[in-house]
Amino acid sequence: MIRLDGETLAAIREHGRAAYPEECCGALLGTADNGAVRVSRVERIENASREERRRRYVIAPLEYVRVERLADADGLSVLGFYHSHPDHPAVPSEYDREHGLPVFHYVVLAVGPESPGEIASYVLSEDRGVFQREELLIESDR
Amino acid sequence: MPKFLLPTPLRPYAGGAATVEVAGQTVGGALANLVGRHEGLRQHLYDGAGRLRSFINVYRNDEDVRYLEKDETPVSDGDALSIIPSIAGGSPAPPPVAEPSALSNEEIRRYSRHLIMPEVGMEGQKKLKAARVLAVGTGGLGSPLSLYLAAAGVGTIGLVDYDVVDDSNLQRQILFGVADIGRPKLDAAEERLRGVNPHVAIVKYEERLTSENALRIIRDFDIVADGTDNFPTRYLVNDACVFTGKPNVYASIFRFEGQASVFWAEKGPCYRCLYAEPPPPGLVPSCAEGGVLGILPGLLGLIQATETIKLILGSGDPLIGRLLLVDALGMRFRELKLRKNPDCVICGKNPTITKLVDYEAFCGIVPEAAASASSGVPEISVEELKAMRDRREEFVLVDVREPHEIEICALPGSVRIPLGSLPENLNRLSTADEIVVHCKSGARSAKAVKLLRDAGFRKVRNLAGGITRWSERIDPSVPKY
Repeated sequence: MIRLDGETLAAIREHGRAAYPEECCGALLGTADNGAVRVSRVERIENASREERRRRYVIAPLEYVRVERLADADGLSVLGFYHSHPDHPAVPSEYDREHGLPVFHYVVLAVGPESPGEIASYVLSEDRGVFQREELLIESDR
Repeated sequence: MPKFLLPTPLRPYAGGAATVEVAGQTVGGALANLVGRHEGLRQHLYDGAGRLRSFINVYRNDEDVRYLEKDETPVSDGDALSIIPSIAGGSPAPPPVAEPSALSNEEIRRYSRHLIMPEVGMEGQKKLKAARVLAVGTGGLGSPLSLYLAAAGVGTIGLVDYDVVDDSNLQRQILFGVADIGRPKLDAAEERLRGVNPHVAIVKYEERLTSENALRIIRDFDIVADGTDNFPTRYLVNDACVFTGKPNVYASIFRFEGQASVFWAEKGPCYRCLYAEPPPPGLVPSCAEGGVLGILPGLLGLIQATETIKLILGSGDPLIGRLLLVDALGMRFRELKLRKNPDCVICGKNPTITKLVDYEAFCGIVPEAAASASSGVPEISVEELKAMRDRREEFVLVDVREPHEIEICALPGSVRIPLGSLPENLNRLSTADEIVVHCKSGARSAKAVKLLRDAGFRKVRNLAGGITRWSERIDPSVPKY
């Protein structure tokens, strides 16, 4: 299970809407204490994919290093990443699976021309075989 | 020994350590030693073929080894080797954007007799599916037209009609059945066409086509098929098609005869090139007045459907610049050449009509109330006539209908003189008598009353609404026709 607050959810949706019809991506920063995975905030990352940005995102290595440092500075961890699927359901692709890492949480947001749609979170199985959907809990704002 | 810096997600596979020191002279050698010691890292760093995964980046100090010597990049003691994932993903390759005209397997089976014809084939069938045809009127012509277009797979069929189904329609309007009597024609038509072909989109316009809505409605279609039975709408459809550049597949019918053509101002004449002016009102009777052989609109509606399909496929010789005359009684088809009129008021060189006009007025049709006032003939209602008969008043009832109409029904005791032979039969009537004249609906008898008054008859009145209204209000045993 992964928990988000309403503000964070709104930030992801707004990023997806603004980037449409291209994919957006960003990092999920937060805490994972005793299995309670909670996203404190998100960090937008520029989609470094040079081609097919409508269906690909790439977070450059140095950007990865940057968000790890950001997280460290705030006493947080990089819990995973979010990205949008323009005109496609919030279901991980085979490409997502090949490029995933089991320890991360992958939040996928479906975006259409009108507005963002479904949002879902996935974790790659240890053997890298399948993405498993996990519960995504939107916590009301404090 | 060089030192590996592991990113947070990979630390669990190295016993939770952030840094791991391993032996090695090159990056490749050091990596091999790393996964040798922490086997759990292997599947995340290497793919099934033993290659470093594309999203795993290795940096020697602050340089990507890909831009150095890759696996052969030498490393020495004190070098920091960072393993940094580049995070990537994305949505699956988008399904090919479904062409609106792509055919499903079900459709391919359905249209197989088309698909095996080289003149149609997949390409032609897709054109049919992408096509949008507007049928103005769902009556005698519109019924067979829309049924066959739907069956043939024309993707979008628009229907304009505002009438309800009447039992007198069923003789020729094969879209409808007994159960539809009293229903709006468009609802019954939509149901029937969907029953024929669920792959077709039906767009309903339950309104009279007018100068106000015609351009808006026609704009959304590729081809217009005119199945109307009155001159104002016929000119309106023509003019709207000229203004929007759409082909107008035309047919008209009367009794045993029909005409068909394709009017397309961009490629040939328009309806006004053929008939610059409408006939005076009343000269050409409508089917309701003059009758029509029920199969004739079937014949002509299918000529319209055939021309429509040909235009969509872009094959064959369309009826552009040709007027086909059909004589069902002699079963003869003749053809007249039509030329574009360079002086045509709408599609000629110097058009004087540049927008839709008032077509009722153009065709000399005045509203019913104004018409009876202007004709100025004295009238009598069916109720008054009934009262006169009940009181056994002295008067002469004159029926000016044709003999075949009188065979259908007649009022007892009437003098029967068809309107056309009235002038030579005036001697059968006396100016001294009280006279009431009737016909089917009151139009012909009004002319008769005027003729009689001009001839010196003073005590003559027209039965308003004719025998039809008599049947409706006084005696339902008299059949309506």
